[in-house]
Amino acid sequence: MSTVATPARSRQDSGGMNVKIVNRVVIYGLLALFALFYLMPLFVMLVTSFKTMDEIQNGNMLSLPKAPTFDPWLKAWGETCVGLTCAGIKGYFWNSIKMVVPAVIISTLLGALNGYVLTKWRFRGHTLVFGLMLFACFIPFQSVLLPMATILGSLGRFGVTLQNAVGTSFGLGNPTLNLVFVHVVYGIGFTTLFFRNYYEAFPTELVKAAQVDGASFFQIFRRIMLPNSMPIFVVTVIYQFTNIWNDFLFASAYAGTGDAMPMTVALNNVVNTSTGVVEYNVNMAAAMIAALPTLLVYVLAGRYFVRGLMAGAVKG
Amino acid sequence: MAFLEIDGLRKRFGQVEILKGINLELEKGGFLVLVGPSGCGKSTLLNTIAGLETITSGEIRIDGRAVNDLHPSKRDIAMVFQSYALYPNMTVAGNISFGMEMRGVPADERQKAIDKVAKVLQIGHLLNRKPSQLSGGQRQRVAMGRALVRDPKLFLFDEPLSNLDAKLRVDMRIEIKRLHATTGTTIVYVTHDQIEAMTLATKIAVMRDGEVQQFGTPAEIYNNPANVFVADFMGSPAMNLIPATIGGNGGDLAVVLDREARQPISLPMANAPAGLSAFKGKPVIFGVRPEALTDPEGAERNASHIATADCHIEVVEPAGSDTFAVTNLGGKGVVARLRADANIQPGTNTPLAFNLTKAVFFDPATESRIR
Repeated sequence: MSTVATPARSRQDSGGMNVKIVNRVVIYGLLALFALFYLMPLFVMLVTSFKTMDEIQNGNMLSLPKAPTFDPWLKAWGETCVGLTCAGIKGYFWNSIKMVVPAVIISTLLGALNGYVLTKWRFRGHTLVFGLMLFACFIPFQSVLLPMATILGSLGRFGVTLQNAVGTSFGLGNPTLNLVFVHVVYGIGFTTLFFRNYYEAFPTELVKAAQVDGASFFQIFRRIMLPNSMPIFVVTVIYQFTNIWNDFLFASAYAGTGDAMPMTVALNNVVNTSTGVVEYNVNMAAAMIAALPTLLVYVLAGRYFVRGLMAGAVKG
Repeated sequence: MAFLEIDGLRKRFGQVEILKGINLELEKGGFLVLVGPSGCGKSTLLNTIAGLETITSGEIRIDGRAVNDLHPSKRDIAMVFQSYALYPNMTVAGNISFGMEMRGVPADERQKAIDKVAKVLQIGHLLNRKPSQLSGGQRQRVAMGRALVRDPKLFLFDEPLSNLDAKLRVDMRIEIKRLHATTGTTIVYVTHDQIEAMTLATKIAVMRDGEVQQFGTPAEIYNNPANVFVADFMGSPAMNLIPATIGGNGGDLAVVLDREARQPISLPMANAPAGLSAFKGKPVIFGVRPEALTDPEGAERNASHIATADCHIEVVEPAGSDTFAVTNLGGKGVVARLRADANIQPGTNTPLAFNLTKAVFFDPATESRIR
């Protein structure tokens, strides 16, 4: 709206118009500069991943590849060495997927349920409970490392006991399951915060109407709340997916070795594995592969990030 | 036995008592309007009837059955909310049939019920739309459809017209009245609009601060207000409440009204209420509705007791159907309602006729009616 009004105002005052143009140039110039600065590493990574080793060693870091090749990507995916095994990063990529998807889904659904209870089914002391959950958002990762390791250790031992007693450990002690557990516990604070704030503005009369219609607690949640939560769902999924996928600390602490190693740890090991010459192109390609899923989530989920979904629910 | 009975209902939020012992009853097919200013507890009362709020003490009975501890869906009620509360993710048909779906009604029966209600409310062409694609009036109809389809014992309306524009509000008001007349349902209706209350109700409960101030038919509420609050709240323009004193000789009483810089007016009272003689020589509040204070030619022909007095007209407001004139009596602006073509000029002195058969008196100390 303000852009519509601008020409009319600047026509009256040409001195003001010059100042305005200078302001615009300065603002956009600075923004472009910052954008350039920020995008430079990505550009270097991308061009390097398509170059041959010869070109990297002899050419300019910023120049475009003379003979673009997809080989470094294929090598990173299927052949490069992570520690002593040389089967590429594809296994670790799937490790991450297997860990991230359940962790995101469980933590998001639990956050939605918490938000629903904290706004529409208030109980005595609900502010205190919410305050404590909010507090969980501010606990630094490092401080929970050791206690969590103790708990996971106990769960693992309990898993062994179960294995001996009934023949299955129910996955207790499995590193992937451990990471899912850690990320769900750590993520609930954030997802609850998101959903509580969204549901706070959600019309309570809809819940009352559903109650009069005879819907139960979970029926209201599933039929009324969830279908109208798309925007906050997308926000939460993007946030949780990015965080959990990119996590290195928990991953290296609880699944830092062996077959369950997630992508981030594997990438670190690829770069640290030295077999003679450092293959920058392969490393860059591996890093790009590691970054792709989060990018994909933004692109796909962003489409559903529509505003005005609640239009027409209430008021005339 | 009445159809809806509310006995000694109390509701407390922590230390604050929201409803302070409500007693109401409504016959089958009646239309009860709860009216009062915001914060008087009328919506809370409706929510307790619906079961959306618990009560602290007392009892609510619908058709002879105590419903205090029943879930809203088990009370055989339907509710229309102020914001309509249509489920935005469902179509109109989905909204109307959601309750039946929850009760496990088979799909073909649901379809029949939807079609029937759609016909009554003329929303057949809207059934596949989402609420966001409807206008305010259409949403209102769908909300009523969702209530009607249940065929409940009791309808609850929570300020259903307050989100509509003035013209549509009048149309929907007539529609609700027609719906009530044709279906013969029992309705409890909350509003802060006294015109809605007067036009729709068979019984009105005027509420303030969690207490029922007066409970009666619209005519009783309008003509025989129990106290200053009810007199002031009901009617538009509001009743003139003029500070006055009771004078007179011997057994004859008269109302004495002060005028600015002139002799006080003394209106002889032929049919004063019995309680008024105790106030002789004391101040009272003299209540007279604008339509009972008019030009002598426009005064009601069959009113038995009319007194005329010269008044200084300060402001004249022509409203089309009537002309309102403001004069000053007892230190307050007093509104008189005159014929549309009454020949009256601001700044002049004009005789006005007081219809004293319609006059009421209140005790200034307790604000309650002197009978």
